[in-house]
Amino acid sequence: MLEVKHIYKTFNPGTINEKTALRDVSLRLEEGEFVTVIGGNGAGKSTLLNAVAGTWPVDAGSISIDGVDVTGMSEHKRAKYIGRVFQDPMMGTAASMQIEENLALAARRGKRRTLRPGITRAEREGYVERLKILDLGLEDRLTARVGLLSGGQRQALTLLMATLIKPKLLLLDEHTAALDPKTAAKVLDATERIIAKDNLTTLMITHNMKDAIAHGNRLIMLYEGRIVIDVAGEEKKNLTVEQLLSLFSKVSGSDEADDTLLLS
Amino acid sequence: MMGFISALPGAISQGLIWGIMAIGVYITFKILDIADLTVDGSFCTGGAVFVVLFTGGHNVWVALVAAILAGMLAGLVTGVLHTLCGIPAILAGILTQLGLWSVNIAIMGMKATVAINVTTPELLDKLLVSLRFVRDAVTGVRPFYRHPIIVVGLFTVVLIALLYWFFGTEQGSALRATGSNHNMARAQGINTNYSIVLGLIISNGLVALSGCLLAQYNSACEINMGRGAIVIGLAAVIIGEVLFSKIFHNFALKLLSVALGAIIYYIVLQAVLATGLNANYLKLLSAVVVAIFLAASYWKSKYTRKKFRPSDIGKIGGESDA
Ligand SMILES: Nc1ncnc2c1ncn2[C@@H]1O[C@H](COP(=O)(O)OP(=O)(O)OP(=O)(O)O)[C@@H](O)[C@H]1O
Ligand SMILES: [Mg+2]
Repeated sequence: MLEVKHIYKTFNPGTINEKTALRDVSLRLEEGEFVTVIGGNGAGKSTLLNAVAGTWPVDAGSISIDGVDVTGMSEHKRAKYIGRVFQDPMMGTAASMQIEENLALAARRGKRRTLRPGITRAEREGYVERLKILDLGLEDRLTARVGLLSGGQRQALTLLMATLIKPKLLLLDEHTAALDPKTAAKVLDATERIIAKDNLTTLMITHNMKDAIAHGNRLIMLYEGRIVIDVAGEEKKNLTVEQLLSLFSKVSGSDEADDTLLLS
Repeated sequence: MMGFISALPGAISQGLIWGIMAIGVYITFKILDIADLTVDGSFCTGGAVFVVLFTGGHNVWVALVAAILAGMLAGLVTGVLHTLCGIPAILAGILTQLGLWSVNIAIMGMKATVAINVTTPELLDKLLVSLRFVRDAVTGVRPFYRHPIIVVGLFTVVLIALLYWFFGTEQGSALRATGSNHNMARAQGINTNYSIVLGLIISNGLVALSGCLLAQYNSACEINMGRGAIVIGLAAVIIGEVLFSKIFHNFALKLLSVALGAIIYYIVLQAVLATGLNANYLKLLSAVVVAIFLAASYWKSKYTRKKFRPSDIGKIGGESDA
């Protein structure tokens, strides 16, 4: 479903701020695979997701989604294939627009925007049903401005928007990191249910090793812009946090694992 | 005082004309979250194109449509400079505005002023609005519906209806989303560059229409007629927001409040002039008033930012049922 081949990304090349965030990263996701991504701060996790989403072009390598080469495709064109939830709860929704308007925008992802009505009566009813999945009471507040919602509610709404039209690929960038533990658990739970229901191919970044082990069927770890650990199937299922830590010290050749990874 | 009262219909007429320009400013400043300085140039472009075509014998509606299209073209230029060439929006607007100064003079045949010769009654009667109609409609020389307040009021209502419809469509919603949150818009597959260019085109089309109406009203187009237009537009937007945001939540009513804001601005202007203040100080006064109101809304947002980010304050959309 996703095929990343030898991608490189260097920020601010040729300046003192030069930073190579991705080095020769290759990754292949089969349809329905749910991959959790871990790594310390600055390891390149967000950069990997941004590269796939097309926030900026990569320096080298290629990216294809469902057989379509998207390497040179602009971000808004790629959005046709991709559902995204950002780390920042403010980033995924339009604060000045209503809940239903935000959903209506998401319902038209990848379609041509015409001069037909931006939202119809029929779709409103559908949104009520969809919002019930989240179990946050948003279904009664269809016309509320999104700016009035809490961070957790906005993140949950963004998740719903990202999956309103089934995406070929779902990208979640620490989407529960900014939330309080209770809300985070609730949003993560909704995530799990939505992914399972539609069998979505997913890349989910998390800082929480327990979450990374508990969710998904494959786990990768990034370190200094490289994928250093990639476990799946039974091995992933039986993984413990301790094993993961020792695995990390081995590949990174250091024992700084505790500092860089146990931030959560 | 009598002077002020008798000046009122004229002030309201002019306020309505500027109100159309202010609605254009609202689209860029409030909906797109861009301060577009093209306005100061495209306002005059609208007037220049109209006057030249009209005095050249063209039909008044042909001249009017041409004026709007010229303004739209100016918006397109700013939009392309900003999106495709990566020039910051304010600078892109300034560049277009500067370039337009030469273009406008060229349109006017290298003259700083072009007048419509209204000494022939036939020609005067062809105009949609004119300063002279304010009295004529009252004294009965012309039918009441030729009164500029009614004519421009009608224009305003039709424009608001059109914009209300447009911003409720898929494309209009995409434009609002672009102004509200670029990241979200792109993640939802919206071509934000296209939205921005489209918004600038619509906005400057309205601005040029306003300039074309003012040129008719004054029976002349003057190269400096648009100077400071952006500030007048912002003043109208702010006055409308301060006075009516509590009662007007619907998007169409918000646009109406901008038009009302422009009228109030012009009435206040007349009142200030009636006190005998040298007209020279009006621009300074406008600038100070707008600066104070912009600062006030920034400070307000700074101290009540729990639920809002400053950039969200006062944006449209939330309550609109468009
Ligand atoms: N747009 C950018 N411009 C310049 N440098 C960047 C940019 N984005 C990321 N970087 C740099 O690239 C490196 C990798 O950043 P990235 O955001 O991918 O890390 P991350 O693994 O997501 O970390 P975190 O857990 O803190 O979110 C960092 O050193 C970061 O400073
Ligand atoms: Mg990150």
